[in-house]
Amino acid sequence: MNFSEVFKLSSQLCRFSPDGRYLASCVQYRLVVRDVSTLQILQLYTCLDQIQHVEWSADSLFILCAMYKRGLIQVWSLEQPDWHCKIDEGSAGLVASFWSPDGRHILNTTEFHLRITVWSLCTKSVSYIKYPKACQQAGVAFTKDGRHMALAERRDCQDYISIFVCSNWQLLRHFGTETQDLAGIDWSPNGCVLAVWDTPLQFKVLLYSLDGRLLSTYSAYEWSLGIKSVAWSPSGQFLAIGSYDEKVRILNHVTWKPITELEHSATINDPKIVVYKEMETCRAFRDEDASPPTVPNATSSLFSTHSKYEISPSPFSLRIVKPDPDRANPKIGVGALAFSPDNRYLATKNDNMPHTIWIWDVQKMKLFVVLEQVMDVRFFHWDPCQSRLAICTGNSKVYLWSPTGCVSVQVPTQDSFHVLSLCWHSSGNSLLLMSKDHFCLCYLEIEENEK
Amino acid sequence: MGDWKTIIVPELSSDSKHTSEPRMSPSSLHVRQGLHPLLSYPQNTCSLFSAFCTEENVEQCVMYLNQEMTTLGFPPLYDELKYKDGRQELNVISVMNCMNELLQLHHKNLQAREDAELQNLKQSSDMEYLQTSNSRLKDQLETSKREFAALQERDRQLQCKSKNLHQLLKNEKDEVQKLQNIIASRATQYNHDLKRKEREYNKLKERLHQLVMDKKDKRITIDILNYVGRADGKRGGWRTGKTDAKNEEEMYKALLGDYEQRQKELILENAELKKVLQQMKKEMMSILTPQKCNQKGKDGSGTVNGETAANLVNQVILSDNEEDAGDFSRESISELSCATAREQLTNSIRQQWRMLKNHVEKLDSQVSLVQVGALKHKDMVSREDHEQEMEELKEEIDQCKEMIKTQQQLLQQQLMIPCDDDTAMLLRDCYLLEDKERLQDEWKLFSEQRKNFEKERKSFTEAAIRLGHERKAFEEDRAAWLKQQFLNMTVLYDHRASEYGKLQTAFSGSPDQDNQKLHPRQPQKKPHCGCEAGVSRCASKYLPDTLAELCRSMSLIPDDSPSGSMPKRRSTPDSKAWSGSEFMSFK
Repeated sequence: MNFSEVFKLSSQLCRFSPDGRYLASCVQYRLVVRDVSTLQILQLYTCLDQIQHVEWSADSLFILCAMYKRGLIQVWSLEQPDWHCKIDEGSAGLVASFWSPDGRHILNTTEFHLRITVWSLCTKSVSYIKYPKACQQAGVAFTKDGRHMALAERRDCQDYISIFVCSNWQLLRHFGTETQDLAGIDWSPNGCVLAVWDTPLQFKVLLYSLDGRLLSTYSAYEWSLGIKSVAWSPSGQFLAIGSYDEKVRILNHVTWKPITELEHSATINDPKIVVYKEMETCRAFRDEDASPPTVPNATSSLFSTHSKYEISPSPFSLRIVKPDPDRANPKIGVGALAFSPDNRYLATKNDNMPHTIWIWDVQKMKLFVVLEQVMDVRFFHWDPCQSRLAICTGNSKVYLWSPTGCVSVQVPTQDSFHVLSLCWHSSGNSLLLMSKDHFCLCYLEIEENEK
Repeated sequence: MGDWKTIIVPELSSDSKHTSEPRMSPSSLHVRQGLHPLLSYPQNTCSLFSAFCTEENVEQCVMYLNQEMTTLGFPPLYDELKYKDGRQELNVISVMNCMNELLQLHHKNLQAREDAELQNLKQSSDMEYLQTSNSRLKDQLETSKREFAALQERDRQLQCKSKNLHQLLKNEKDEVQKLQNIIASRATQYNHDLKRKEREYNKLKERLHQLVMDKKDKRITIDILNYVGRADGKRGGWRTGKTDAKNEEEMYKALLGDYEQRQKELILENAELKKVLQQMKKEMMSILTPQKCNQKGKDGSGTVNGETAANLVNQVILSDNEEDAGDFSRESISELSCATAREQLTNSIRQQWRMLKNHVEKLDSQVSLVQVGALKHKDMVSREDHEQEMEELKEEIDQCKEMIKTQQQLLQQQLMIPCDDDTAMLLRDCYLLEDKERLQDEWKLFSEQRKNFEKERKSFTEAAIRLGHERKAFEEDRAAWLKQQFLNMTVLYDHRASEYGKLQTAFSGSPDQDNQKLHPRQPQKKPHCGCEAGVSRCASKYLPDTLAELCRSMSLIPDDSPSGSMPKRRSTPDSKAWSGSEFMSFK
């Protein structure tokens, strides 16, 4: 496992291009595009203000830089460094900006969700979509093939879904949903079923066909806080619903009925379940050396704590953080879940056990592995090519799990590098690690070759 | 010993009567004669005996005795037929018989008394036991009453508590209901407010939209160097009905594609399942056919069960064959139209499955039968029996446990009855000691008695021997006396009588000396009871002596009673403490 040198970064704005050849990173108002393999700077663009959002177009030809404060968007082309494009939303303001799947249109959500403006890079035409709903991803969801876009709307205190054809932004379907306060929408991987879920106040999942027919409605319980997270399996066979009752319910795609409930209990009794517990060592060493060390390299090693995973015996109780019931959005329930790309595992995180990652075997619909970290899990991401999960917990380590085992890797940097976020390269060979104002790449393939 | 006393009293009274009367008559005689003025208050036995019958009052004594005896229902002492000189002849035989009878009666009485004593002892011990048990039970009753009261109190308290809890529950329920109502009303209020706010918000939005958008904001611009080509390289088409139709078409195409894919998947799955079904069917057949052969082979020697099973299998096979014939022809059809084939296929499978199940059940029952048979033959314990046995044993264990528990409880209760354990132990101990002491005393008494009995026996045998001698002597004496009488026949009666009286007085005056002279072994015998057959055979010559002895032996009984009006041999104050044991030891 190798690590690149550390580069500067601001507000964790660093993205691989979809084709995996480039890496765009932002430092203040500058956009730096590097070659992934060499990490040499290919292009350097200067924006008008500090960049707040950056996004590659789907064909990796354009990069969008959003400066929400100024209501400005700047688009850069890799092929023609001289080409420039600036979109000004004016007094309407800007809260979100994203590419359409074809990479030739930019959708801007104005302040107060007044409208969505669709700017085209090909023609002068500008489209407006009124009444977008303020929900996650600006209430917009594109199908994987990029053909259709679903948009959540709110009109006259009622939720609606509009389905647009992305090629010419024509409205294909428009229908009301039986939701109180729609919270999110997501397309199935094949783009034929749209999952719509209601506000956490009410547990309700609605499944609509592309043509607007209601396929099924599912509600597990009433009167209690409901859905917290939803994820489609890559095959589209399952819809996993994480909820505030610390359970994940998995619906099948034929009858849309729940197959199983995955419970996140605080004690692991089944000896078949492997519990990896991260153990930290050499803490005392750190205390001994209080004087400021001269060699910077030595400091990092001195300040670092070594950690390793140990397999705990079967009756294992997990650490629980008691949520404050008086605060809104209590830290309880399954807040994050993700299927592995090969559809074999499901990783979940229960928010009142923030140290723990649960990995479920999808074939058996049973708990497979539990990872308990020393610190709170910040983020986890599946390798896009295999069953490999990368986890970061805000310390200077990156954790990798695969069915064969579990490792923790110290990021060998001079200064402390607190990994706050990470992202797999599309090939699965390298991993982008981001701290507050730095990033580095971690190469995995090379090590495997060496082996 | 109160019982003993009460039993003895009538005897005693009769005795007193006996004694009082003779006292009257002989005393009057004595008074007349003035020989023993203090006869009515004899100081000792010797004086009594000497007082009762002297040479002078032999006749009166005899008469008196005769009188007494007749009144008591004994045969008269005098020979009724033989009168001599206006006097009745003393019938020695009847005297002897009377004496014997009296002695026997005495024995009986003694026996009865002993029995009564024993019974009394038993009863007293029973009584004691009953008293103790009674007191114990009383204590138990009291404790249980107390417990009962305590339990009642507790029950009352618990009831109170439960009532309170019920009340609380009701209150809580009411509270919950109230809160639910509040929540519901709040929710409606909230929803209403939300809607109102949202409407306001929408209005504001609308207004803002108008304000922001209608101003023809110059700033809302796109500043682009040159327009780039579309990703697909095509030119954007006009928005027409045609494009709409095209979009619809595309959408439906996508949906269709999805459904087609799904159908393909389903077909694949279906085919797999069909394959599995077919395979299952085949395997079922293959399982059933060899069994048929086996069963047929068994039929020759097989049991009734085997036969029925074989019949069943035959049926199964037959039906299978029929089905198969249909299925094979149908299989090609089933590929074409699933719907038609499905029902038949499932039906046949179901049928076969049912048959197989029946068969398996039959086999199971057979196996169990065989097992039972084996059990009978080999004493092997089948699982069911084993389990049953286990259950029984468990029950037994439970019962035993319960018994032990109750025993423990009882023990504890017994222990708990006295408030202080130590004192209880002490009391118990002392009781035991007392008992022990009593038992030891009794044992001592018993051994003494036994010793006495042995002594008596010995003395009796000696007496028997001596009596033999005495008899001889008596015979000789009689012969001599008869001779003398015969010789003195002519002599006056008075003289003879006086002589006889003299002889008597000589006897009674120094009976000890005489006895010693005559019977050197007599004094040894004297302290003992003279109630022996040998005595009854005593010659009339020694009648007073034996009578005295008899009297003494008789008087032994009333003597120990303080109320006795008999001449008190021992009118000492300790006569009250005269215990049975002493009496016995004396005897």
